[in-house]
Amino acid sequence: MNDMRILERDVDTNAIKIAARGVQVYYGDNHAIKDVDVDIQDKTVTAFIGPSGCGKSTFLRCLNRMNDTIDICRVEGDIHIDGEDIYDKRVDPVQLRAKVGMVFQKPNPFPKSIYDNVAYGPRIHGLAKNKAELDDIVERALRRGAIWDEVKDRLHAPGTGLSGGQQQRLCIARAIATEPEVLLMDEPCSALDPIATAQVEELIDELRQNYSVVIVTHSMQQAARVSQKTAFFHLGNLVEYGETGTIFTNPEDSRTESYITGRIG
Amino acid sequence: MALGWTGYLIVAVLVLTTLAFVAARARASATVDGDVRLLHSLPNYYGYNAAMFTAVPALGVMVIWLLAQPMMIENSVFKLIPDRVVGEGSSRALVMSDVRRVAEGLDIAVERGALTEEEADTIRTEEQDVRSILGGVGVALGSNVEPEVLQAAQQYRSKSEIGTFWMVLVVGAMTLVGGAAAIFVTNGDFRARNTVERGALGLLMLAASLAILTTIGIVLSMLFESINFFRLHPWTDFFFGGSWAPNFRGDSDLSILPLLWGTLYISFIALLVAVPIGLFAAIYLSEYAGPKVRSAAKPLLEILAGIPTIVYGLFALLTVGPALVSVFGRGDDGLLGVEWMSGATAVLTAGLVMGIMLIPFVSSLSDDIINAVPQAMRDGSFGLGATHSETIRQVVLPAALPGIVGAVLLAASRAIGETMIVVLGAGAIAKFSLNPLEAMTTITTRIVSQLTGDTDFASPETLVAFALGLTLFVLTLGLNVLALYIVRKYREQYE
Repeated sequence: MNDMRILERDVDTNAIKIAARGVQVYYGDNHAIKDVDVDIQDKTVTAFIGPSGCGKSTFLRCLNRMNDTIDICRVEGDIHIDGEDIYDKRVDPVQLRAKVGMVFQKPNPFPKSIYDNVAYGPRIHGLAKNKAELDDIVERALRRGAIWDEVKDRLHAPGTGLSGGQQQRLCIARAIATEPEVLLMDEPCSALDPIATAQVEELIDELRQNYSVVIVTHSMQQAARVSQKTAFFHLGNLVEYGETGTIFTNPEDSRTESYITGRIG
Repeated sequence: MALGWTGYLIVAVLVLTTLAFVAARARASATVDGDVRLLHSLPNYYGYNAAMFTAVPALGVMVIWLLAQPMMIENSVFKLIPDRVVGEGSSRALVMSDVRRVAEGLDIAVERGALTEEEADTIRTEEQDVRSILGGVGVALGSNVEPEVLQAAQQYRSKSEIGTFWMVLVVGAMTLVGGAAAIFVTNGDFRARNTVERGALGLLMLAASLAILTTIGIVLSMLFESINFFRLHPWTDFFFGGSWAPNFRGDSDLSILPLLWGTLYISFIALLVAVPIGLFAAIYLSEYAGPKVRSAAKPLLEILAGIPTIVYGLFALLTVGPALVSVFGRGDDGLLGVEWMSGATAVLTAGLVMGIMLIPFVSSLSDDIINAVPQAMRDGSFGLGATHSETIRQVVLPAALPGIVGAVLLAASRAIGETMIVVLGAGAIAKFSLNPLEAMTTITTRIVSQLTGDTDFASPETLVAFALGLTLFVLTLGLNVLALYIVRKYREQYE
């Protein structure tokens, strides 16, 4: 990587937000994630990189139990968020997902108005006492999603009518409207053009102020640009995890070096 | 005589076709000295090509000729019949059918040897009793043969003979020319495969256009009969009158409104039953049911769609109707102790059973539409911490709503056009009433009752059936078009 900024990036040492130990994931007979240990820090952007099918998206979906919606999927091991085991029987996955928001690969606004898209989560969780408060939450989320100026005059137009980049920022605004503590992003820019990508990346950097952000990406440049920590997955194993600058300039594992120089993947 | 001229002609064309097939295939092989690889197409294609050119134009011309010839001959013979013969209360069409019958009788008489060919052409009613001669060979005539009719019949015979002669000549020539030309052009470079392909395309287009033309034909025939009806009966009474009281001695009240009311009321009750049950079943099957339940429940639900509607009608008449009577009728002996319902046939009976019939219709269409809502929508909602039912209510159903509306409209048009259930379950009384426990009647049941039994196709009481049918057709067509438009528009949204 010839992007020198990564060397100057300051890595705050933050408290550990998510701690995963010995995580195994099976899809039927297929062993998709093999014994992954990782500590994800608060107020940090952590990037998961790796070739297609290496399990990075699967692992991401373990963090908010989205894999529960897939019948054949089985998760073993411990994942703690703020010291609480999220796979404990007492934890309601629905409540967990309110705390751990998610943005998907393809923008998926609901076929509702822009306003209703953002107000969806707050309404479900009863975050607003009245209409004025809800208006306030929606405006704040849209502003933090860096899309307020573009949509403030047409809040009641359908969300599906926006451009791809706008839709993705709307989905990010929708996710942060429920005030999550962790934001999971599964290749959020893969369907976007370079300009929209730049806007979303800028947004991710701002979100770092308040959230722990985990982003899966196929673009190593993107990982280098937005993240402070990087985890490299290969064939279901977590090969290497460390500061982004180190991973890209001085990887310890030969597989990591092969991947970032383009020899595998 | 086993075959007429036409029969021999068809056999001849088929024999020539087979010969052309064999000859063309042999010639194709011969032009390349038996090395099939040098041919543009496989040898059979040359055969098919020749057979096609031999048979298709010839048989096509023959069919058209056979359709056109009787019409042309009748038109020319028509003038021979003076108005005097066309008596009171009769019509030219009736006299023409006499002419055809006499002509056929003469044919049979010649065939049996009762008359010679010459006698048949020259026989006169003044000289001989034609009726008894024809009667002797088994052709019974209702009255004595008028001289003009006999002459017309003789003319008819001679013209038919000439026509048939020319037909044989023309068709035979076309067969020979077509076959010879196809064999002549056959050589190694001829693209027989492509020609045969175009022939097959023509066949497909013919099939498609036949289906469409039949539809147009049905609509036109209904339209013409409806126009006849409106000549005999004021259209204001039909569309805006208030009562339905057909009377076969004439002077009937024939208004569609009471029937339309009955139709819409029964359909409304049917939808009230079918839409919630069908929709909930679809939601369960597409969102909650596991693969095992789904693979068992879906076919079971679709069995309902395979039950013939007459069976539903019996169910209405023999099971649902009496059950309803035992609840709402029979005075003190009934379940509620009321006397609201007197007979098994009622709006509620027909509506309930029709609703059951429509359940699989609504559920399978809605199931498809709910499944078409992208998984990404559900993931998005789950990812925000929504439960399954919140996701269904607030994301899946709103997204599927236009499609579901389309499904409901399609079900409504089925309900409006449904016949057997209402014939057996709804009753026969045309009236405006809001009481669902009373018997009422629908457009379709009235069409059935106006057209069954001895009917005279010139009275407004019979012809009204066509006007009713046309109105029904326009109504259901409109609903179908609207529903398909909505469903299609919805489908495109996610593709």
